[in-house]
Amino acid sequence: MKKNFLILFLITFFPLKVLALIEVDITRGNLNPLPLAVSPLSIDDKSKKSFEKILRKENIGSEISTIVENNLKTSGLFNPLSKEAFLQAPDIANLKPRFEDWNLIKAQALITGKVTYVDEKLRVEFRLWDILAAKEMMALAFTTVPSNWRRVGHIISDKVYERLTGEKGYFDTRIIYVAEEGPKTQRKKRLAIMDQDGANNKFLTLGNELVLTPRFNPTSQMVTYLSYFKNLPRVYLLDIETGTQEVVGDFPGMTFAPRFSPDGKKIIMSLAKDGKSDIYTMDLENRLVEKITNHPSIDTSPSYSPNGKFIAFNSDRSGYQQIYIMKSDGSNVKRISFGNGIYGTPVWSPRGDLIAFTKLHKGKFYIGVMRTDGKGERLLTENYYQEAPSWSPNGRVLIFYRETKTNAKGEGFSAKLWSIDLTGYNERLVETQTDASDPSWSSLLSN
Amino acid sequence: MILSKIYKNTLLILAACLVLTACATKKEVAIDKIQGQMQGDVYTGTDSVEYLADGVPDRVFFATNETILTTASRETLRAQAAWLRKNSSINVVLEGHADERGTREYNLALGERRANSAKDYLMTYGISSDRISVLSYGKERPVDAGSNPLAWSKNRRSVTVKAN
Repeated sequence: MKKNFLILFLITFFPLKVLALIEVDITRGNLNPLPLAVSPLSIDDKSKKSFEKILRKENIGSEISTIVENNLKTSGLFNPLSKEAFLQAPDIANLKPRFEDWNLIKAQALITGKVTYVDEKLRVEFRLWDILAAKEMMALAFTTVPSNWRRVGHIISDKVYERLTGEKGYFDTRIIYVAEEGPKTQRKKRLAIMDQDGANNKFLTLGNELVLTPRFNPTSQMVTYLSYFKNLPRVYLLDIETGTQEVVGDFPGMTFAPRFSPDGKKIIMSLAKDGKSDIYTMDLENRLVEKITNHPSIDTSPSYSPNGKFIAFNSDRSGYQQIYIMKSDGSNVKRISFGNGIYGTPVWSPRGDLIAFTKLHKGKFYIGVMRTDGKGERLLTENYYQEAPSWSPNGRVLIFYRETKTNAKGEGFSAKLWSIDLTGYNERLVETQTDASDPSWSSLLSN
Repeated sequence: MILSKIYKNTLLILAACLVLTACATKKEVAIDKIQGQMQGDVYTGTDSVEYLADGVPDRVFFATNETILTTASRETLRAQAAWLRKNSSINVVLEGHADERGTREYNLALGERRANSAKDYLMTYGISSDRISVLSYGKERPVDAGSNPLAWSKNRRSVTVKAN
């Protein structure tokens, strides 16, 4: 079905493509990232001085272009060329690039732009140029408060990514995670949030109690997580903007493994009681609680399909941890993982076609994906310990955490965030101020 | 050509043998050391164990992925039950734990199940469920930071802690 659609798409649009335009194929591992030039956004002297005063940045134009450059590079699909080779000045390039010059340094695309200070606002315009076709591909302008300058860089990156790959970007997003410190036996854990590129890191809890598994609401800036406040492990709800927290529901035991429904109106989670764990939902508006599974086994790690009609979850009803799917009312339970080893943490892709998981086989941990019928299993990365994949909002990248093996004395423990493309390429350490685990990727903040 | 291949293969096999024998002796030493403290993969040592009273150990250990109580665990829990019957004003929290070789959420459930397995046993020896609460830490609070079978065996546990 998908394939047919793709072919149809290619046929209909092929003639157009020949005329213009460069295209980046993100469905394959991209071993030849597209060479492109990110010219610093040009800025007039007066604007430069104004922003220097407000933002304490010497040249906000080049700061923004650096953000764009880093984003595109991190995606693994683009290869931003060294600015030292650029022959044209930023302001002139933005008016009309001399395509031969950019061709000479092997750039296939060029990003130019201009920053101005207008009515105490930051106004940014940018253009994307196809060098080979000698054409403008896109031109956009927006105005915002100066303090939003980093987001401007991310939005430009998203627009460029979308124009060149045909899919939405994931740069104007945030990651919520658990910041870790201290010895392995007495880990101090705090909720923390940062921009997708690691900037604007902020701790959201003090570390007085253990916190785990924060997850974003896909439709708002709400987060659900597990807190051991007063030694009662319960699922909580946190509004990131206001900082208000509340416990979710009134359950007679530990609630854990929370996630939002795709419309953001329900929380799905596990309740552990008397040695068994079942899956429940709670409607956040009318507070109605519904029991979804009822089995003596451990049923946990539930994750909705993007249309809300199905739930993937983890159960050991077969004797070991495996992945199951069911209808959202709990009917039609079906096991889908049948490979060697045990499977956990199923997470439904935002595109709906894949389920990411953690697998343990012969002492190694893998992050992988399978289709929703369990077929087509692909393991993306192997390590001593790693788990808890979370999807980028466009379903192209997974972020997860990895822990190191300690030595004979129990030293050398660390936990870090990593990301990898769905293709299995472009594995990267995601830099954080402290050790980190349990990452969750937000939706796009704009649109 | 073929001859050199055979030579190469013999050399490889020889090298492999050497490595294997080296490993074998090393392993034996390690296993000997562990065997004093483990039965199957259940911890039987006393390294991390504390005592609620004389002769009343505070914790029981489990096999990988298991929640079944071993003979030794049942003996420990009978001692705890006798002590709780004698000290009827004391309430306890059973803290269930898992080792680091499992996903976080599943381990939270597994810790809860382990603590409940200990709770059920205490109840069959006459301790009221009102006096026992259960708390799972999953893999969040290991007693041994090691990444080896012995460390993991110490961490798969249910610990009885005085609540008042």
